[in-house]
Amino acid sequence: MSMDRRKFITKTALSSLATLIGVEIVFGKNMLRDYQPLALQGPDPFKLFKKDSEMIVLNDKPWNIEAKAHLLDDKITPNKYMFVRNNGLIPEEIDVKNWTLVIDGESVVRQKKYTLSDLKSKFKQHTYQLTLECGGNGRSEFNPPAKGNQWTIGAISCATWTGVRLRDVLEDAGIKNSAVYIGYHSADTHLSRDPKKEPISRGAPMIKALQDETLLAFKMNGKDIPLAHGYPLRLVAGGWPASVSGKWIERISIRNKVHDGAKMTGTAYRVPCNSVAPGTKVGDKEMCIIESMPVKSLITFPKSGAVIHKKDTLKIRGHAWAGELEVSNMETSIDFGATWQKCLLEKPVNRLAWQHFSTSIHFPKKGYYEIWARATDSNNEAQPMVLPGWNPKGYLNNACHRIAIKVT
Amino acid sequence: MAANKEFQKKLRKAERLAYFAGFLFVIAGIGGLFLLYDPDFSIFQKKQNTLLSNNIEIDEDRIENGIHVRTGLIDAKGLMTVVTNCTNCHSAKLVTQNRMSAERWNATIKWMQETQNLWELGSNQKVIVEYLVANYPQKEKGRREHLMNINWYELEN
Repeated sequence: MSMDRRKFITKTALSSLATLIGVEIVFGKNMLRDYQPLALQGPDPFKLFKKDSEMIVLNDKPWNIEAKAHLLDDKITPNKYMFVRNNGLIPEEIDVKNWTLVIDGESVVRQKKYTLSDLKSKFKQHTYQLTLECGGNGRSEFNPPAKGNQWTIGAISCATWTGVRLRDVLEDAGIKNSAVYIGYHSADTHLSRDPKKEPISRGAPMIKALQDETLLAFKMNGKDIPLAHGYPLRLVAGGWPASVSGKWIERISIRNKVHDGAKMTGTAYRVPCNSVAPGTKVGDKEMCIIESMPVKSLITFPKSGAVIHKKDTLKIRGHAWAGELEVSNMETSIDFGATWQKCLLEKPVNRLAWQHFSTSIHFPKKGYYEIWARATDSNNEAQPMVLPGWNPKGYLNNACHRIAIKVT
Repeated sequence: MAANKEFQKKLRKAERLAYFAGFLFVIAGIGGLFLLYDPDFSIFQKKQNTLLSNNIEIDEDRIENGIHVRTGLIDAKGLMTVVTNCTNCHSAKLVTQNRMSAERWNATIKWMQETQNLWELGSNQKVIVEYLVANYPQKEKGRREHLMNINWYELEN
């Protein structure tokens, strides 16, 4: 039963009268006050985050939104098609002028604090295209099902990130020989709103932290990073689970041990050290931290479901990436993997950027086809056709992408 | 007597006039209040305050077509126990996306209690897990599913 709008407003007006004459009226001003937050709790995520209306909202608390393959056709992913992954609540207020980054930890030589303008003026700026894929991208396919947001294929992006090298900042503070890992701390809020809890505080071993392409970024695609993607300061570590690329960064600790922040331990962003049969219970001690993401690819044109005429050749295109590695070969199959056709594959713009592929496909006769895409990395590892090793949290599904085509 | 009658008549007339004046006074008063508090007479205008009106529901827990509208959860035995205990911190979408056995739901609840500030559920735990297993059952997907929900369209090449 919904309350009549006119009645409600009349009663609100009446309640102003009531305050004047000192009589209590039910459904007064208080109701209006109580209802205002609801409007703020349920805003339109597409407008709020400037996302395309074809994007899929998997979760609205916390916000988790993914793309579809055909939306990712751009060579550089624009914000409107970039997936959103949150473990907690997005910070409500960002005070850019007073934003500081603290470098601390057991293995820092001198604890240091930088304002955003310190970072921008003191260190050289670099720009890279960096591939960020959620560790759980593809989780929805695992059987038995894995716990968490059921990402299909759209938790992947490759945008241009501009910032300073994390290495330059860490070295400015000084890194002791005992350094093993870095761990980030962010301004987001735990879902329970417990201020003592961090929603996520992950990191990377020093070897990743010190890479040229590991940035403390303040720009995405040439503009301020959108709030949902980490404004005003984001760690960007391409090729690793995107959870390493912490958003709203306020503090980075140089640790003398593997960082033990939220979502570093237990089963989070970990897979069984040794492979297990689907559905196996795996103890925390048998789980190992995910580092580089595996080789993978997406056909971004055409959109699955295309009906074409037999005489036509179909031009297809997409992107391929391989975590820390490069993609060395790209192939497609229209006969369920029986035969493969080599694609034209471009070199990456820079290390850790996705690569673009294209090819023309000829269909021998009418019928239903699936185009399967298979990338091979520089270590000669290719994408599997079926699901890779089952793991309790459903990470690292790099099974080949498939689109459906009908030839009439 | 006639004079008295005449007086009574005048009195009634004066009374009516007084009532009328009083009525006019009240109307003018209300008008005055509007001028003070709502000079645009906005309460009589139809298209306004749409943001508010869209969000005003007296019955937060109404059911439509077997679905609890506010959360999207299936209306079945245990619904409100799930709504009350499982949608405070996170969206119900996180629940409905998942398909787990009773054992794994219980393990998930334990994990949420140990690390995510979920409270003790007592006898409600059984109600919640039974609801989830019955309404969001696991589906056997094998090692790779068929491509499904294909929206066919003509591609101009």
